[in-house]
Formats: sequence, C-alpha cells, structure tokens
Amino acid sequence: MKRWITALPFLFLLTATLPAAAQTVDLARSEVLFGFKQENVPSTGKFRKFAAQVTFDAARPEATRANIDIDVTSVDLGDAGWNDDVQGASWLNAKQFPKSAFVATGAKALGGGRYESTGKFTLKGITRDVVATFTAKPEAAGTLLEGMVPLKRNDFKIGDGVWADTSVVANEVAVRFKVFLRK
Amino acid sequence: MVGAPLHSMPQRYGAFAMVLHWVIALLLVGSFSIGLYMVGLKFSPQKLTLYSYHKWIGVTVFSLAVLRLLWRLSHRAPDLPASMPKWQVAASHASHALLYLFLIATPLSGWLYSSAAGVPTVPFGIAALQLPDLLDKDRELAALLKFTHMAINYSFGALICLHVAAALKHLLIDRDGIMTRMLPGKTP
Repeated sequence: MKRWITALPFLFLLTATLPAAAQTVDLARSEVLFGFKQENVPSTGKFRKFAAQVTFDAARPEATRANIDIDVTSVDLGDAGWNDDVQGASWLNAKQFPKSAFVATGAKALGGGRYESTGKFTLKGITRDVVATFTAKPEAAGTLLEGMVPLKRNDFKIGDGVWADTSVVANEVAVRFKVFLRK
Repeated sequence: MVGAPLHSMPQRYGAFAMVLHWVIALLLVGSFSIGLYMVGLKFSPQKLTLYSYHKWIGVTVFSLAVLRLLWRLSHRAPDLPASMPKWQVAASHASHALLYLFLIATPLSGWLYSSAAGVPTVPFGIAALQLPDLLDKDRELAALLKFTHMAINYSFGALICLHVAAALKHLLIDRDGIMTRMLPGKTP
C-alpha cells in the first residue's frame, strides 16, 4: 500500500506527459484521397477503407498524434479495371502489401490555422519520412483536420519497371486526408 | 472548250474548305485507328499515351469541325451537276448533314465520356488548356457514355465508308466531276 502511495505522484507525472487519449474520429466525415498527374491530366483516387487514431489539440499542437492505417485493397480510381491494374505488382502490389500506414508525432503551428507535422509513410513495404501540412477548422460538432502529404511514387517503387519513367505518370503524388474529430 | 457538256462542270470548293476537309479526314483515320488499337492494350505507359493522343486529336477535330461548320453556314457549297438524279441530290444533302453532325458528336461524346470517367481532357498536355469537365465523375454514366462514344464512332465510320464509296462512284463511274470539287488542281 505504501509503495502505491509513493508511486502516485509519478503516476500523475506519467499521465501528464502522455498524449491525451485519441479523440473519436468520425469516419463518415473523413477521407483519404490521392492525386497525381498523367501527362498533365489531373487524376484522383481514394482509399475507401482506413482506420484512424488521431489526437489533436490546437492549444498543444506538439502533442498531436496521428496513426492512419490504410487498406490498400480498397483503392478506388473510379473504374473497376483501373482498380485491378493499380493493385497489380508493379503499382501498389496490394496482394503482398495490403496495409499502408501514416504515422505522425507532434505538429507545429505555422499560423493562420495551419500546421506542419513530420511523420512516416509506409507503402508497399517501404517507409519514408514525410512532412504533412494541414489545417484545423473548429466546428460545432468537433474539429476538421484537412491536409496533404506530398510523396514521390518512385520512393516507394509504385509504378516500377516501365512505369518508373515519370514522363507519362508524374512522380509527385499528393495524399490528401480529411479527419473529423468529434467533440 | 469544244465538246464541253452543256451543263458546266461543278466548281471546286475553296482552298480553305479543301484543307479543312482533308486535314480532318486524315485526323479521323488516325484517331479512329488509335482508338481501335488502344482499347485492346493492357495497362501500360503506351496505352495512357495513346489515350492522350486520341483525345488531343479529338479536340483538334472538334475545333476544326466547328470552323468548318461556320464556313459551311456562311458559304454556298459548289452546285451539284444538273445530271444528278433528284434522289441522289437528296441523299447527298442528308448524308452531308449527318457527316457534320457526327463531326461534332463524335469528339463531344468522347469528351463527355472522359468527364464522367474522371479523366479530364488536357489538350497537348498543356495544363492551361485543360477542358472543363461537363459532367461529374460517375461510374455508371461513364460506362453508358463509353458505349455511346463507340456506337457513334462505328456509325460515323460506316457513314464515311458510304461517303467515300459515293465519291469514288462519281469519280470513276459517273465521271461527273463531283469528287473533283474537293480535289486540288486546275479549274476545268
């Protein structure tokens, strides 16, 4: 019992430094999209299935935590044939790498409701350091985080072989996300 | 002009109309061939590039077709020879009206299909020239428009075959100078 009492202050210290428990993400109002250019033709797609644990407090951006797990097999380019193609081995290789993840720790305010967060993106079994920028918009029911993570598809060997040449499909891919945190 | 027929040979189209006719003809053959070939290709950079070329040609054809339609609406086509039976004159007018309609409808249906498929048209890869999307991305509508674009193309192709066959008949069998109207050369 005595041991417990002496441990108490440390326990308080511990909980104070821990990030706040993840807020509830409203998936119905959240999205993971991506955009790329194909001979300057802007194209977009999305991942229909993902899970997100996100903690954000505008008063303490440094305590921001984001963990977004993406189901790669839920990729949707708007056409069944393209969806099959993009899941193929030279693109996302969804069979071998069905999971993608974005993990961010901490954020710093850039002013004007904009934030920047460094993190790691894992795609096709390759993890790279990335920088996400996002905005936080307070709403009546919660906070809408909306942001973008620029990636280079060749860093993740997405579209390898004949596709590695970026003259047809550009190297730059913008992953856009919307996460709605309920109050 | 000894022995010239009583009815004069029809005049030729002007240089502008002729250039438009033959340039469009060439582009149509190219675009149709690319279209037929590209749809059967497996997903590859070549396939995407050919789709782009096909769309760029389509935009060009559409622009030239509008120019041509404006020219045709503001100019008279050379007269048809008086020797031509009435039904042929009527058939000629009807088929030419249809040809103009297809010249506009074919690229337009491709543009609509592209819009619904969510792949905007960016002529010659120049971002500033990107065409507005007339329709929102819609999978079912895209499938319907894909079929429509194809059906319009085959109909247009069939009509062009008829047009070529009729022109060759006039050139080789009737020898009435109809086809010469669209060919450069000395005025008879």
